[in-house]
Amino acid sequence: MNQMTSVEKTVSTEANKITAEGVQVYYGDTHAIKDVNVQIEDKTVTAFIGPSGCGKSTFLRCLNRMNDTIDICRVEGQILLDGENIYDRKVDPVQLRAKVGMVFQKPNPFPKSIYDNVAYGPRIHGLARNKAELDEIVEKALRRGAIWNEVKDRLHAPGTGLSGGQQQRLCIARAVATEPEVLLMDEPCSALDPIATAQVEELIDELRQNYSVVIVTHSMQQAARVSQKTAFFHLGNLVEFGETGQIFTNPTDPRTESYITGRIG
Amino acid sequence: MTDLTQNPASAPGQVPPRHGSLLTQGARTKRRNAAEKRFQLYGMIAIGIGLLMLVILVTTIVSRGIGAYQQTFVTLNVELLESKLDKNGNRDLEEIKKVSTFGYAPLVKTALADAVAGYGIDTSVPTKDMDDLLSKGAVAQLRDYVIENPDQIGQTVSFEFLASSRVDGYLKGRVSRESIANDKSISAEQLDLVDELIEQGAIRKQFNLSFITGADASDQRPEAAGMGVSMVGSLFMMLVVLVLSLPIGVAASIYLEEFARKSWLTDVIEVNISNLAAVPSIVFGILGLAVFINYMHLPMSAPLVGGLVLTLMTLPTIIISTRASLKAVPPSIRDAALGVGASKMQAVFHHVLPLAAPGILTGTIIGLAQALGETAPLLLIGMVGFIASNAPDSIASGLLAPNSAMPAQIYEWAKRADPAFYERAWGGIIILLVFLVTMNTVAVILRRRFERRW
Repeated sequence: MNQMTSVEKTVSTEANKITAEGVQVYYGDTHAIKDVNVQIEDKTVTAFIGPSGCGKSTFLRCLNRMNDTIDICRVEGQILLDGENIYDRKVDPVQLRAKVGMVFQKPNPFPKSIYDNVAYGPRIHGLARNKAELDEIVEKALRRGAIWNEVKDRLHAPGTGLSGGQQQRLCIARAVATEPEVLLMDEPCSALDPIATAQVEELIDELRQNYSVVIVTHSMQQAARVSQKTAFFHLGNLVEFGETGQIFTNPTDPRTESYITGRIG
Repeated sequence: MTDLTQNPASAPGQVPPRHGSLLTQGARTKRRNAAEKRFQLYGMIAIGIGLLMLVILVTTIVSRGIGAYQQTFVTLNVELLESKLDKNGNRDLEEIKKVSTFGYAPLVKTALADAVAGYGIDTSVPTKDMDDLLSKGAVAQLRDYVIENPDQIGQTVSFEFLASSRVDGYLKGRVSRESIANDKSISAEQLDLVDELIEQGAIRKQFNLSFITGADASDQRPEAAGMGVSMVGSLFMMLVVLVLSLPIGVAASIYLEEFARKSWLTDVIEVNISNLAAVPSIVFGILGLAVFINYMHLPMSAPLVGGLVLTLMTLPTIIISTRASLKAVPPSIRDAALGVGASKMQAVFHHVLPLAAPGILTGTIIGLAQALGETAPLLLIGMVGFIASNAPDSIASGLLAPNSAMPAQIYEWAKRADPAFYERAWGGIIILLVFLVTMNTVAVILRRRFERRW
């Protein structure tokens, strides 16, 4: 595995969106992430899989510094976004999060109208100069979130009134409205029914055209369906990282094999 | 057949219940059900006692206080004699003002005697004792009228004078011929005269607006005392409390809840805020006396000082309720805002605060209601100023002039000797309770209306 990643590093640094080097995360005294090195490519879906509590969500939250909000959390090592260390002291996490959007496990629309949900990000970042531009951004985001047709007639209805799957797609639309470069998704389908899951997965595949997508998932089938690259985490270690096809058919590490075949997890 | 009667369970169609059947209750189940029934009974008894106490409380307050809203008035035609009020006849206001209330007293006495004679009432009460029926303030009322309308001098004008508190008490059943045996203020003959005047319609009870709007009165004139000025004092204090405690309390809670890193220091602060909420109010009173009056030399009895003391008292309540309502906003909302690149402050002010607002408002209103009814600290800082001026002057006096407050005023009345003040104390409690119930109702309505479910 190490061989393979090091080869990639030398070959295609251009395509690497995010490079994590020696990342350690501590929650108080707990060592949650142990020395993780990973390269996330642009315009690719990368899936993080692993048993519960293995640190995949923690690592995902490191990528846009959402862990900053947890007092006892401490991050070491460096994570480079386009070659810049996001943990550099000069980096403002707010600016970073505009570039690295996030979709959460539970759909969490603001208790406001659908329009305001999507318009909020562009508004605070000053992306629109006037109402017409804002309308345009909102429509574009909702179209990318594959929910425009369902909500175009009720943009001013509350976002919390939508169904779970619609809410999650609204949250994706909200995340893409600020024109991020990377989209982080933390188990985006775990609260959704199979039909809504299928819609969101389809959407993720479309989003790959424009963004680098990192998705944390419990479902190995989902990882196999939507991702091109897969990283397997176990007990805070990045056990194996590679092409999705290769991980699922021919894992090199015995732990990956045990997890995929259902013996640990 | 005998078999059947001895053992009905074995009758055809009545199969004896088998062991473990769901149709019979085991001993344990019976005990458990009995315990549950007993507990429910205790609960109902507790609620019953509570409701009974509430009913007793409300009926007592209303039955004792309602009298304060009725007052006895005496209708009299007074001839404003020019010879007494304006000897020179030039209607010069300065000269008219020189006539003191003593100058008006004979007019009132004469008017009363004339009225008695006019109704054909035979009484042994001498003319000079006639004015015991009237409030001591009647002459002042007459003088105020004359100074206001000097052109009425020489005319006969009809007035409604407050009756004295004894006459008022006689009409309300508080004063009887037995109870005045040793009373120098009124005699049995005077009460006979009152009876006659009631029959003639010259003395009657009517609604007493001046109890709600008027100022306090001296010990001699309980019939004229009102809550109005102390209401204004309370209003000023509540303004001070609201203006100070809401921003300070909300800012402190937001900082503690959303920004401050958890450390031993925030723990200490948190424990202390909870403790402050439980500190007896009189402690805040003596603190206010020491700091605001003795050290900072703010004026005594001023609503500003009262408001500052009550702010200290209300702050913990507001901080605790604000923090609770901030905590109740799900963290996913904060994550969502941070996730689209909002700063922490934007997340708090755009999303968390609006959701917490109903809770904050409710806490604030309940804190204010608490402060409104607080008496002990006000007594320590002397918020029992005696102000006898009515509405426009009392409002204009502002935050630094001495004033009173509703609960302090009630305490003041309850302390006085005349039983007529006792009735007014109960009447004042009704006003205070109306305010408190209104504020709490508003709080409940706000909570109901803006409560959001996720």
